[in-house]
Amino acid sequence: MTMNKLTVGSKYAPYLLTLLILGVFLMIWSSLTRVPKFDPSGKDEMALMMLEMNGDIIRDENDNFVNNPDKIETIPGPEKVYEKAKEEFKAPFTEKGTNDHGIGLLVAYTLERFLTGFLAATVVAVILGMLIGMSKFLFTALNPFIQILKPVSPLAWMPLLLYSVKDPFMTSVLVVFMASLWPTMANTAFGVSNIKNDYLRVGQMVELGWFQRFWKVVLPASAPAIFAGLRISFGSALVAVVPAEMLLGELGVGYLSWIEWNNLDISGVIFAILVVGVVGFILDWGLQKLASRFTYAES
Amino acid sequence: MSYLQVDHVTKIYPSLEPGAKKGDKFVVFEGVNFNIEKGEFVSMIGHSGCGKSTLLNIMAGFDDATKGGIILDGRETSSPGLDRMVVFQNFALMPWITAYENVAMAVRQSHKGWSKNEVKEWTMKYLKMMNLESAANRRPSMLSGGMRQRVGLARAFAAEPKILLLDEPFAQIDALTRGSIQEELLRMWEATNSTVFMVTHDVDEAILLSNRIAMMGNGPAAELAEIIDIDLPRPRVRAELIDNPRYNELRNHILKFLVTGKAASQKESSNLKAI
Repeated sequence: MTMNKLTVGSKYAPYLLTLLILGVFLMIWSSLTRVPKFDPSGKDEMALMMLEMNGDIIRDENDNFVNNPDKIETIPGPEKVYEKAKEEFKAPFTEKGTNDHGIGLLVAYTLERFLTGFLAATVVAVILGMLIGMSKFLFTALNPFIQILKPVSPLAWMPLLLYSVKDPFMTSVLVVFMASLWPTMANTAFGVSNIKNDYLRVGQMVELGWFQRFWKVVLPASAPAIFAGLRISFGSALVAVVPAEMLLGELGVGYLSWIEWNNLDISGVIFAILVVGVVGFILDWGLQKLASRFTYAES
Repeated sequence: MSYLQVDHVTKIYPSLEPGAKKGDKFVVFEGVNFNIEKGEFVSMIGHSGCGKSTLLNIMAGFDDATKGGIILDGRETSSPGLDRMVVFQNFALMPWITAYENVAMAVRQSHKGWSKNEVKEWTMKYLKMMNLESAANRRPSMLSGGMRQRVGLARAFAAEPKILLLDEPFAQIDALTRGSIQEELLRMWEATNSTVFMVTHDVDEAILLSNRIAMMGNGPAAELAEIIDIDLPRPRVRAELIDNPRYNELRNHILKFLVTGKAASQKESSNLKAI
């Protein structure tokens, strides 16, 4: 890719703007969070001594007073977050202590409970969605339950779940499950009940059996609607997994943010937020790739 | 006994008119009665709303007759099946599989127990007959309307049904393409000795293709007005037909019926036969 191809209209041109916005944002962030140099003028020996004893200032290698970097109470700048990230990525898969696991391990823990809950919910939601989508009777019978359970925040289930399964891992998996269930179920039911009559008629006409009609007509015809539901479910599951980890104290990227807050390490909090964002982005990209293989252009 | 008998078929729906009381009825058509012989090409023509597509759906098994029934090759038909393949107005191809797979699905079902190669050979044979070799591995969304209906025709013929039911198959295809597909359809019909029933509202198309044309009166409570023989020699070529006086006579007869909504008087129709 040569520079002269990066004109407006080139596929990559919008990303120049992305980089520009990122650069401006980092500059503003950096300048707003810059700590002014410690200015000892106007302070007598006594005042300086008090500040030093308090740990607000320290002596640098030339014996001059500077601000103590550990006692600055502003939001950390991008440089500090970068330092933090570098440090975290040095040993991503080591366990340094009970609550101090490498970032790679934390991502793996979160992914494990996220994917377990999400996949289990997908299976249940697609089957139930198919049933209520195919049968007006079942839809009418089950709809009141769905309407009442659907608006309940998945986190509201947590005390009850924790009380009944008595295991924080299973509880967090079930919270993710509850968060991902409804959108996929609703979309699947919608997709199945809106399959073009023509497709079903062709299935009847060529005398497909029940199973084949399901496998070769109903499922592929409703695949786009199902995947649209999965992406909504995916988003709400990702939103639910972070507070679930925090409340349950389960190690993961969501809990990392809370640990760092307890350590008063705000750059750690920002780092955790970024990791959640990046992990979510990668998973969503994968889901989208998968969806494009099973969806079709309406003819 | 005829190959296919449409035996006094009546279709009645509950009335949906504003102000209709419960139990009010809407009669689509009444006492439709005609036969189709093996190897014949019969068209049904009439205005929209006369129930011709409803009748085709009843023949296909997608809909039930209120009274009367359909007897095909000595058996009363009920649910849809491979013996009555339909070519749909809007093609009804599965958009998630290729043109080849759309046809092969019908071939596998109609020829149970065939090996993969036999299915492939048969499917490709019908795709070739419709000039679709190059489109075999494309999905319907990549094909033009004309190509899609060719796939629809290949699917219907490949299953070797007892009768083909064509539901305004060329209504959504541009006029130029329509002509060449009609010729391909004629070739297929002759090559396979098929029996065809087609619903249309295009007079020229009906005359070009059919042995006989059934004319439906206007709805509601439409009745079959008249069935006329199209005694034009085959092969029929559109360009030559236009100058044929008999062609124009038949055409005028049908048009007059469509415009006035009444079959020509007894005298006129006997004149027609005498010519």
